[in-house]
Formats: sequence, structure tokens, C-alpha cells
Amino acid sequence: MTPEIRPSAIARVNPVAKLGVALLISCALMLSIDWVSAAVALALEAVLLAWCGLSARQFWLRTAPVWIAAPFAVLTTVLYGQDSGAMLFSAGFVSVTEGSVSLAFAIGLRILAIGIPGIVLLATTDPTDLGDGLAQVLRLPARFVLGALAGLRLVGMFIDDWHTLALARRARGVGDGGGLRGHARRFGGLAFALLVLSVRRGSKLATAMEARGFGSDEPRTWARESVFGVRDGLIVTIGAAIAAAAITAAVLLGTWHFVLA
Amino acid sequence: MTGARVTASGWGWRHAGRARPAVSELDLDIRPGERVLLLGPSGAGKSTLMHALAGVLGDDEDGDETGELLVDGRRPSASRGRVGLVLQDPDSQVVLARVGDDVAFGCENLAVPRAEIWPRVGQALAAVGLDLPLRHPTSALSGGQKQRLALAGVLAMRPGLVLLDEPTANLDPEGVVEVRDAVLRSVEASGATLIVIEHRVAVWQNVVDRIVVLDPVGGILADGPTDSVLSAEGERLAAAGVWIPRFPPAPPERRGSPDTRGEEVLLSADDLAVGRVPFARKRAVVVAHGLDLAVAAGTATAITGPNGTGKSTLALTLAGLLPPADGRLAATDALAAGLGAAPHRWRSRDLLARIGTVFQDPEHQFLAGTVRNELAIGPRALGLGGAEQAERVDALLHRLRLDHLADANPFTLSGGEKRRLSVATVLATRPRLLVLDEPTFGQDSRTWAELVRLLAELLDTGTAVLAVTHDEQFVTALADVRLTLVPGTGPASGHSMSNRSMSNRSVSNRSVSNRSVSTPGVSTHSVTTGPRERAGTDAS
Repeated sequence: MTPEIRPSAIARVNPVAKLGVALLISCALMLSIDWVSAAVALALEAVLLAWCGLSARQFWLRTAPVWIAAPFAVLTTVLYGQDSGAMLFSAGFVSVTEGSVSLAFAIGLRILAIGIPGIVLLATTDPTDLGDGLAQVLRLPARFVLGALAGLRLVGMFIDDWHTLALARRARGVGDGGGLRGHARRFGGLAFALLVLSVRRGSKLATAMEARGFGSDEPRTWARESVFGVRDGLIVTIGAAIAAAAITAAVLLGTWHFVLA
Repeated sequence: MTGARVTASGWGWRHAGRARPAVSELDLDIRPGERVLLLGPSGAGKSTLMHALAGVLGDDEDGDETGELLVDGRRPSASRGRVGLVLQDPDSQVVLARVGDDVAFGCENLAVPRAEIWPRVGQALAAVGLDLPLRHPTSALSGGQKQRLALAGVLAMRPGLVLLDEPTANLDPEGVVEVRDAVLRSVEASGATLIVIEHRVAVWQNVVDRIVVLDPVGGILADGPTDSVLSAEGERLAAAGVWIPRFPPAPPERRGSPDTRGEEVLLSADDLAVGRVPFARKRAVVVAHGLDLAVAAGTATAITGPNGTGKSTLALTLAGLLPPADGRLAATDALAAGLGAAPHRWRSRDLLARIGTVFQDPEHQFLAGTVRNELAIGPRALGLGGAEQAERVDALLHRLRLDHLADANPFTLSGGEKRRLSVATVLATRPRLLVLDEPTFGQDSRTWAELVRLLAELLDTGTAVLAVTHDEQFVTALADVRLTLVPGTGPASGHSMSNRSMSNRSVSNRSVSNRSVSTPGVSTHSVTTGPRERAGTDAS
């Protein structure tokens, strides 16, 4: 489940800093719906991508969901979005206006500008390192962080379990038939069986963790030190700068449209 | 560092919601550095005692405690870190994604200073013989390696008491020796006290000082030096399901003439390749290829070979659950009974009376909330009437000693009971071919003997049995044909063996070296010895 992380300038940054950057840019872009702020953020992010260490193939594979989602969002907003300005095209339910086109591009660019940094930061971060950062830098409770990490490892077994459970159902004589409703019922049954299996495995894992001294209220140490250094502060600053540049550009060009206003 | 002392006086524990205590009236004194093998029939409370010693049994909400159980004079829950526990299931003990981090996990919880953790991790990994980079992903480890990793995680905590709860039950024979030797090396070095639960006495008998046998009705049945306990109690323990080398379970009687066995072929494979289609891929990754074999009514076929050679995949393919990756797999009319020749194209319900599959982990195939309903699922899917359903279910409940558990949830059964139930669910639809994946893994000798006897009876009635197994005793007791898969090539040097004389218990299992000794017998069988070479026992 967790892919190999290749060494790169971004990969060495403290995960908490990366998380901060992703949150800063996302929050800034959520405040307005306009195409200028999203376009500026996206352009500045593109410059930073050079340091992320992802190969082209990895980059496109990972970010494929946003590249698929963005055009769909654009298309549907163009056709059905709130109309304003000059009418460009109209047929039945469908009406395309200057307003809906500009809204569509604002949304499409936003999906890319928020999605891509998020995905790239995740793809260059080991979950264990993120856990270390959350616990040591942000001081989140160890119980929560390590529970989540151990749970994440179980998620990796879901695919195999799902496959085996499906085969077992076929062997038990309840693996097909019943048309669409049968399919839906079986899917539900499988999902429930997977849940039961995971809960059982989780409780065994919890016992194993407890047997290794986890979960007491005593303080614990961390084998891997998570340091938030100057470079990490710099990265957060760059993130803040991107967010500020996006907002400033939009305000100066008069496209800024505060969603809460 | 020294070993820990364990003392129990009148100790007992009743799990919340259970009528009977799991352990009661236990008096025990284990000296620092002693190595103890803890035995007892299933249900005697061995695991409960281990969990209690490790301090993970829970509190008042989880059960009632009586008497006193102390590690170095303190309650186990107050001496965390002094005790390390390794459990049976390799998969559910790995905590973190990287080997080094996982070993360090226990040290962190004990607040060991960072500078001290990493040297400890290195030493622990060396002690268990896991020579891997610290960043190695734990998901890439084999079962034996995962168990050694769990052991390393425990050793890095420098415990005075090491507890092993059937640490090798889920491992293949190489894995068993790997783990045991790692345990010995490390307790020798640290002087820690060792308590092991293990059904298979032979693995530990020469390396422990003392055997303690728990009595299911409370207290201790026997306690003393290994040899004296084994000679005094060996027979009684064997009868209770403990594997005692001097008292092996009786092999089954095979009725019926071996000469008539195997005349009716049910399923045949010709240059078969097997594999699974990985997630989000189109083509199967072939794990074994060039397989030729024929499965005949009334015969038992054993598929053996090291881990990772595709045994389970082959079994699932032969069972009609996975499509063949290449080559030909055909059911004869005798098995197909009116359907096409490709079992994987049959409807799920059509498999029931034709091919039954018992999965390695019984929990994977449980669907119902009670044992009785679990057994009724197959007959109901076959469309049998209520009376017929009830009759089959009752007969199986009785036959497999599950009557008293008819209304229990399958997931709450013991390991042996789960295994019996998973076999029973398949038998309820009376398939002509029974496919089993590691049916005897981790079973006590009593369940083992029952299972083997049951399979022998089925064979005598003409059912074909095909089993993936590491268990040589199982192969010796039942197999008419053996197919050995070797890494990379599929069934190279697979040796066909005709062991009709095995049923007379006069000849032990044949291995590669004496395959020429084949007696005339199961002559219609052929098992390849290489991708193309046929080496059947066509001598009659």
C-alpha cells in the first residue's frame, strides 16, 4: 500500500511542514472562487514540482484523479452552473453564459491547485515519518497517532482479504446469481465480512501492541527524531507566499470574490 | 539482566460472561532463567495464563481474578516491559511499516532513551538472525520472518520473562526451526526465563528444563523435568491432543481395495499454468506452470513444496475458484455431471455438490451467526428441503462433535473447532472432490486424527481429496499421489508415489530417492516430474 518514497528535496522536508503548505494553499483558495487566484497558485506550485523527485510516470499516475475530476467539473459547471453575463449558447436545460464559463474555470483550476500539492506531498511522505511529525512537532497524542499508523498497515491487507472472501463465498455456493439485487447484497455481505475480519485482526494487533508496553499513561520516547528546522520553516513560508500571491493577484485584478461575503 | 521469577498462588481467572473460570486454583513457582513448556488440552487456560503474565488480560470489566499471580513479586500489569509476549498469528503482530521501527516500538513505549534504542534494535535483530536493512518493509516478510521480527521486538525490550504462545503454529517446517533457534539463542544470551505453549512437543522437548501441564478442571496436572513428565503423562497428554513423539495419533484404516481406486478420473490438468490477477491488472502473474495431473475418485493427492511455489493458487484453480492462467483444466463427465468441462465457469451453486473447498483460514469462509446456520447454508443453496437440511446438519454436528456448539457464533469457537466446522460446512453438500488448503496447520493431535479419519472415510466412499500441506504425517497417512512444487518451475522433480501399501501401514512415506519402489497400485495417475516429462506409476 505505501509506495517506495524516492529521496528528493521535498521528501526530506518534515511532513508537518508539507502538511502546513497544503493546508495554507487550500484554505486560501477556498476563500474565493475566481480563476486568477487558482491560476497563480497552480503556476507557482508547478515551479516547486521540479524538486518533488517524482518521475513523470509516477506524477501522472498519482495525480490522474484530479486530472479526470477537473475537466468533468468544468464541463458540468459550464453547462449547468449559475448563469450571469452574456448568453453564449442555450438549448433546453443547458445554458452557457460568460458567468458560467468563468465559474467553471475557477472551479477546475481550484481542483488542480488544491489537489496536486496534496497528492504530491502525500506521495513524497512516509506515513511513519508523518506520524513522528504529528506526535513530536504538533504534540498530538501518541495513542492516536500510533493507532492510526498501525491501522494504516491493516488497510494494506484489505485487497487480499476481499479477494479471498469473494472466493470463499463462491466456494460456499453463494457467490453469484440473483441479478443486480444479488450483486448488491453480496457486495454488502462481503463488505461486512471484511469489517468483521478487520476488527478481529485489529483487536489482536491491539493486544500485541499492549504486550509491548503501548497504551500506558507513562511517557514514551521516539526512536526517530522529528525535527522542524529552518528549511521546514522556509517551506511553510513559501507555502504562505504562494497563498498570499494568489490572493493579492486576484484582489489587484478585481476577480477576488470572497465566498463568505 | 536476570530472569524473572513467576509465582502463582491459588490464581484463577474467569472471563466476563463465561460461567466457568478459564484457569483456577493455580499454584506455580518458576525460577529465574528456567525454560518451561506449558502443556494442556485445549481449553485448559494456557493462553489465559500467558496473557495474564503479560499483563494484557484486562481489568475487572474483562473478568474476575482470584488468588495472586506475580512476576518478580509484582503484579504483571505493574511490571510492563519486564515481560515480553509473542503470539501465534504472524500477521497481526507487525505494528509499523519498517523493520527497524517495528523493533524499536516496544523500547519507545518503555521510554528508553533514543541513543540507546538503535543499538538495542541492532542487537535484537542479530539475535533472531534477521539480517535486513532497518528500512526493509515489514509487508515483504515471510511468516517465519514476521515471527522472528515479533521476537526481536520483544527482545529489544530486554524482558526478564519471554512468553511464547504457539509461536510456530502457523509456520512451515523451515520457519518452525528458524524461530525456535532464534528463541534459544536469545534467551541463552540474556538469561531470561522462558515459557512456551506449543502443541508439538517434539520441537521444544530437548531444549526446555521443565514441563507444566495445566488441568482443564483447575490447577496443575503434572509438573516436573521434561523426561519424567513425558513418560508419566505422555499417554494421557497424547489422548488430550498434545503431540507427544512417542504416542503419535493412530493412522486411519483405509477400507476398499487399492486396486480399484483411481479408476474414475474426475479432473485432469494438462500443461496447466496457475496464477492470480493482481489488483488493477489484466493478466495473471503465473506462479506455477507445466502442471499435468489427474485427480481420480477415491484417491488422495497431496500438493507439497516450500512457501511461495503456488500451492494454494493451484488448489484454488483446481477447485474452480480461479481461472487457469494457461493450459487446460477439464472436469470429466463424472464430475461435471452435465455441465461444461471448465470448473471456473460453473455457477457458484453448481460447485457445491461437485467440488468443495476448505480454506486455510476457516474464518474466511464463515457466513452465518450460528454453527447450525453455517452448516445449513450449503444444503439450502442446493435447494434441499427443510427435513433433508436438518438431517444433514444434525448428522454433521454429531459426527464432528459440534452438537453442544450448535447455537454458538462460529467466530467464538476454538481453533480446532473452527477447523472442524469449516470442513463440516463443505461436507454438508457432499462434493465429489474435496480441496483442502493446509487442513492440519496448527491443529492438536486429536483434531488431526479426527480429520484424517474423516477424510479416510470419505475416500473410501469414493470422494477424491486434494490437499495442500506441509505436514509429512498427513501425507504419510493419506496420500496416494504426491505432487511437489519447486520454486520457479512448477512441478520439477515432483515425485509420483503410489503408496497403496501405506494403507497397510507397512511402508513409510516415499520420497524422491525411492520412487522406483512404487508398488503397482494407483496406476492411472500421472504426475509430471518436469514441465513435460511424464513419470506416472503406470506399472501394473
